[in-house]
Amino acid sequence: MTGRILLGLAGLVLLAFLAAPSAFAPLFQPFTRNNAPAIYTQTSLLSLTLSHLAIVAVAVAASTLVGLVLAVLVTRGAGREFLPLARTVTAVGQTFPPVAVLALAVPVMGFGTGPTLVALFLYGLLPVFENALAGLTGQTAQVTEAARGMGLTPRQRLWQIDLPLSLPLLLAGMRLTAVISLGTATIGSTVAARTLGEVIIAGLLSSNTAFVLQGGLVVGILAVLIHQGFQALERRIRGRMGLA
Amino acid sequence: MIEIRNLSRLYDGLAVVDDVSLTVETGQLAVLVGTSGSGKTTLLRMINRLVQPSSGQVLIDGVDTATLPAHLLRRRIGYAIQGHGLFPHRSVAQNIATVPRLLGWPRRQIDARVDELLALFQLDPAAFRGRMPHQLSGGQAQRVGVARALAAKPDLLLMDEPFGALDPLIRAKAQDDLRQIQRQLGTTLILVTHDMTEAVDLGDRIAVMDGGKLLQYDAPARILTDPATPFVRDLIGTADRALRLLSLARVGDIAAPGQAEGPAIAPGASLRDALAECLWSGRDALPVEGGGIVTLNALRAKARPR
Repeated sequence: MTGRILLGLAGLVLLAFLAAPSAFAPLFQPFTRNNAPAIYTQTSLLSLTLSHLAIVAVAVAASTLVGLVLAVLVTRGAGREFLPLARTVTAVGQTFPPVAVLALAVPVMGFGTGPTLVALFLYGLLPVFENALAGLTGQTAQVTEAARGMGLTPRQRLWQIDLPLSLPLLLAGMRLTAVISLGTATIGSTVAARTLGEVIIAGLLSSNTAFVLQGGLVVGILAVLIHQGFQALERRIRGRMGLA
Repeated sequence: MIEIRNLSRLYDGLAVVDDVSLTVETGQLAVLVGTSGSGKTTLLRMINRLVQPSSGQVLIDGVDTATLPAHLLRRRIGYAIQGHGLFPHRSVAQNIATVPRLLGWPRRQIDARVDELLALFQLDPAAFRGRMPHQLSGGQAQRVGVARALAAKPDLLLMDEPFGALDPLIRAKAQDDLRQIQRQLGTTLILVTHDMTEAVDLGDRIAVMDGGKLLQYDAPARILTDPATPFVRDLIGTADRALRLLSLARVGDIAAPGQAEGPAIAPGASLRDALAECLWSGRDALPVEGGGIVTLNALRAKARPR
């Protein structure tokens, strides 16, 4: 219960800060030096936040779609042979530093949102893929046997049994991907993507800790809220299935 | 009528089911019994082609099942397994409706069928329709599993250790209910178990399997009095076979005219129950409800092979 109150409070503070950042200037003033501005005003924090969220949402959606389709393909029929390959590819996507992806993507795609989306997409593929894989293959033997014995075709088993039952794990994968992407997206501002990284980088360049702090805090609170949102959804679905 | 003809299944050249032939008449309850690894489950799963036979045929009412697409064949055959295998993300009603939905029944007919089956299995439709599987007790889930298998009114029902996960008290009740419902619906039923007592209690015919071979296929009384091989005799156990034999006949069948003292016994009770009552109350004869008596001598005569 206290957790929920704190969460609501954090959300309210975040909303208030984004609506009227200047009202919070006294709070950030102690972190500035030489009378530097306490609040980042070059671009509206609200629009940066929305843009940041949009980039993360698109990247997570793409990772989820590709990760899930990949997991479905490598768990049935002829696709099974490609399971080790798919695992390697997604693992490489996770280990390859996003900064390096940006550096490689900029010459091809130019500055802007594109390279950031690619970096986030690759970085977020592994959690969704692995979780979808676990979900699709984790059905009890009885459920699979009953579904086959009742005359469901392989396609019907996928849509009616395997996918719905893997939903909680898939959501957990999306949650990890979303939280990772939310933080990682900040580096997109080094190649001119409109993210909250802009505030942090401005702070670093002008040695203004207040900027770094407010950029970081907004991202942090967003991450906690999104994490909790996904968890609540997972709990509901798991509860319905009696998985507790 | 189910005819199994020279059915075999090989795994890596090893026969798990070896040239088995048997016929189950329409409306009969046949029990496949054997130790684990005897091939009984594989034999059952070849009937709905969850396992593809290596050779041989299965004929349902004269039609070779190999001529039908497997998933269409399975929708015509009810299938219930140990631990019920209910779909955890679907309500009781949705679980029961699985096959009718696959067959494209109209919605109203499905709803009516679900309620009918819930009532048949003594589950209040209003209370149970919307429940999720995890909200059911073991016995309730087992009944829903069987209801689901019967939903599309199959002529044939296959059951793989359907009572295996139930505790003994619920188990006896579930067996009674199944027998009653099977008689009432006239469904042909093939059931797999490793429990000889269950086989004797339920089966019209018992098929004893060992090492993939069918050792004996006979009425329970014949299996008890005339085991075909030493293995069959060991499986049924010789210690209490007299009592098992008594459990097969009903008091009403041997009631003779006469008078006896004490409380009466129901004509539907087994001879085993009657013997127990004689011994417990120290009587030589019991009155039967609705007239007649059953004597200790008559029971004694029934407990011996003829």
